[in-house]
Amino acid sequence: MTAPAAPATARACEVRVCAGPGCVAKGSLEIAERFDAVVAENSLSDRVRVIRTGCHGLCSKGPLVVVGDDGVFYPAVDTAAAERIVESILSGCEPVEGLLFRTSPGGPPIARYADIPFNAGQQRIVLRNCGVIDPEDLDEALAAGDYAALRTTLTALTPREVIEAVRGSGLRGRGGAGFLTGLKWQLARDAAGEQKYLICNADEGDPGAFMDRAVLEGDPHAVLEGMAIAAYAIGASQGYVYVRAEYPLAVRRLTKAIADAEARGLLGAGIMGSGFTFKIEIREGAGAFVCGEETALIASIEGHRGMPRPRPPFPTTSGLWGRPTCINNVETLANVAWIIEHGAMAYWGIGRGMSAGTKVFSLTGRVRYGGLVEVPMGLTVAALVEGIGGGASGSRPIKAAQIGGPAGGCLPVRLFDTPIEYQTLSAAGAGVGSGGLVVVDESTCMVELARYFLAFTQAESCGKCAPCRIGTKRMLEIVTRITEGDGVPGDIEQLEQLGRVVKSTSLCALGGTAPNLMLSTLRYFRAEYEEHINEKKCRAHACAALSTYVVVPGKCTGCGACRKACPSGAISGVAKGVHSIDPAVCTRCGVCEATCRFDAVAKV
Amino acid sequence: MADHECVCATGADSVDLTLLRPVLDEFASDGGALIPVLQRAQAIYGYLPREALLEIAERRRIPFSDVYGVATFYAQFHLQPRGATVVRVCDGTACHVAGSPEVARAIVGELGVAMGETAADGSITVESVACLGCCVVAPVVAIGEQVHGQVNPAMARTLARRLHREATR
Repeated sequence: MTAPAAPATARACEVRVCAGPGCVAKGSLEIAERFDAVVAENSLSDRVRVIRTGCHGLCSKGPLVVVGDDGVFYPAVDTAAAERIVESILSGCEPVEGLLFRTSPGGPPIARYADIPFNAGQQRIVLRNCGVIDPEDLDEALAAGDYAALRTTLTALTPREVIEAVRGSGLRGRGGAGFLTGLKWQLARDAAGEQKYLICNADEGDPGAFMDRAVLEGDPHAVLEGMAIAAYAIGASQGYVYVRAEYPLAVRRLTKAIADAEARGLLGAGIMGSGFTFKIEIREGAGAFVCGEETALIASIEGHRGMPRPRPPFPTTSGLWGRPTCINNVETLANVAWIIEHGAMAYWGIGRGMSAGTKVFSLTGRVRYGGLVEVPMGLTVAALVEGIGGGASGSRPIKAAQIGGPAGGCLPVRLFDTPIEYQTLSAAGAGVGSGGLVVVDESTCMVELARYFLAFTQAESCGKCAPCRIGTKRMLEIVTRITEGDGVPGDIEQLEQLGRVVKSTSLCALGGTAPNLMLSTLRYFRAEYEEHINEKKCRAHACAALSTYVVVPGKCTGCGACRKACPSGAISGVAKGVHSIDPAVCTRCGVCEATCRFDAVAKV
Repeated sequence: MADHECVCATGADSVDLTLLRPVLDEFASDGGALIPVLQRAQAIYGYLPREALLEIAERRRIPFSDVYGVATFYAQFHLQPRGATVVRVCDGTACHVAGSPEVARAIVGELGVAMGETAADGSITVESVACLGCCVVAPVVAIGEQVHGQVNPAMARTLARRLHREATR
C-alpha cells in the first residue's frame, strides 16, 4: 500500500489496541505487531501512533481497537482488518464501515465506542484511564490527570481534610466487606504509634473476577496515587502492594510505575517538594485465597503461613509488625484521586442510598456482551445483565446471576430488578462482593454450582478453626453426594444447619461467608435439590451421574463423526444410518456433543 | 509414580546450593522475607528441593518446620519437579459454567496424566487453576503461556494430542 502525502498539520492519529487479558487471549498482541509493521513499512510513525492499552471493557468482542479522538471502534480485529484500518486513517480517518460494530448481522453500524449499547449506562471513575492510556508511560498518565489530586492533597489539604472528604464521599471498601473507607483511615490516623503502614490489597482471588487486575494493568498510577493520598491521610511513610503472583503483567507494570514515579519525585522522599515521604514495595502473594483476609495477608507479608487471627485488635490498631496498618483494596484506592479532584459530594451524588459511587464488575458467563464494566451503584441487576450485557448469549434463558464470588450468592432471574447496593444485595442473599458477576442459564445445575464453590472454599480453608475446616468439608461431602444421586431425605436440613453454624462461628470471613452460596441456592432453587434427592433427576443435565447422552434420531445424518471421536467406543451405527450411544459404556465426556455439527447429540 | 516412593530424595545430588547464596545474602537482614526467598529459590530450581529448604532454614536461623510449613501452605510452591510443559485447565466460575469439567476430563484422558500430576517422563504437568482471568473466552486452557479460549472437549483432545506428540518427539 502506498501512503498519500501527509497533511502539514496532522497530529499522529492514535490507534488503541487493547492488551487486556481477554483480548490478548484472542491474539491482540499479534494485531498490535501488525499495526506496528504496517506503520513502519510505510514510514508513518509521525501520522499513526499505536498504543497498547489496558482493558477496553468489551472483552467478548476482542481483539478491540479504538481509533482517534472520536473513538471509532473496531471489534474482533484480525490482521487484514488492521491493514484496512491504517488505510482509512491515511485517507482522512473515515471509519471502515464493514468493520464497525453491529448489534446484529446486517444491522446499522455503530461507529463510536462510547455509543455501543454495552457502554450506555456505564460511568467510568475507577476505569477512567483504562483502555485510554499506555499504562507503561508515565507522561500519558500525567497528561490524563494522574497525580493531580496528590498535588492538591500535598499543597492544599491537611490529613484531616482528606479523611473528611473520603468520609463525606461515602466510599466503602470494594474488596467485599464494604467497610467505610474514611472511617478506616480515621481509625488508622488516630491509632497510637509513630510507624504506620498502608497496604494495597491486590490479592484478587475470586474465581471469575478480574477487576483489580484490569486496573493494575491498565492504570497502575491511579492506584499508586490513591495509596500516596491514603498514606498522607493516615500518616504512613511505608506502603506495600500485596499482589497475586498469578498476575505477572500487573507485577511488572507496578514495578515500572513505582520506579518511574520515584524518578519524577511523585513517590519516595519529599514527594513534589513537600515534606511528605512515602515509599512503596511490592510483595507477591504465593497463591492462597485466604490471604485476601486482612490478618492473613499481614501474616503472609511477615513471612508466615497466611492464617488469620482473631480480631480485635484490628489491623488499624495493631497490624503489620504490630504497627497500625490500613489495608485498602485496589478499586477502593483507584477511586480516591477522583474524590479529591471532584469533591465528596460529587461522588456521594452517584449511586443510591448508603451505596455511593460506582462499582466495577467483571460481567461473564452466559451473557452476550461480557467484559469489564463500571456502573453507578443502584443500577438494577437487570439493567446490567440485559441492558449492558445484552441478555443471554445462547438459546437457553438466563436462570440466575452469581454475584460476589465465593462469599456471595445466586440471585434468581425473577429478582433481577434488585438494585446493586450493599444492603439490598445482601438482604437477597447475594452481596456486592468484590464484583464478579457470572450469568448462568438453564444448562447450569444450581446444586452442582454450590458443590463447585464449596469445593473451592474447602480447598482454600486454611484449617485454623474447626467450623471452617470441618464444616466446609462436611457440607461439600453432602452436596457432592446429592449431585451423584446419593442424596437422602434430611440432607437439605442438615446443610442448612451446618451452613448456619459455619457462618456464625468461623474465625474469619472466608469461613463466615463460605456457606453463603449454598444457602442462597437452597433459598431460591430448593426444588432442584429436592429433585436430585427424591427423583434422582438433574433438570440441567449437568450432573454426570444423573444424565446421559443420546442421539436425536431426526437430526442424526449418520455421518459417523461422533463414532470416530468417541474415546470410549460407546457409539455405534452404520454410515448414513442413525447412530446410538451405549449408556453403559459412555463416560459422559461430552466429545460427541462437541463434535456433532448437526446438534444431534443431546443430554437427557 | 507409586505412593510410597519418596520423591524428595530423587536428584538430590544435582541440587547446587551455591546458586542460592546470592538470594540468601540479599534478604539476610529482612526477617519477613521468607516467601520472596522461596519464590526466588523456586525460580532457580523450578521447584523447591528438600536440600534448598534445609539450607534456607539453616541460613535464616528458623526451624525447618517453619520453612516447610510455609512452602506447603501456598499453592505457588512445588516440592517436586514440574513437567517441561505445564497445562493449566481453568476452573474459574465462568469456565466452570461453560463446561470446564468436561474439558478437564478430555485433557486428562488424552494425556494419561492425572490432574495435579506430572507425567513419569517429566514432560507434562496437568493442573486445575482457580482463575486465569480470561473469563470472557471461557472455557480456557493454558498450555505453557499460550492461552486457548472457548475450548470444548473435542478441541481439548486435539490440543492434548498435539502437545503429546510434541512432548514425546
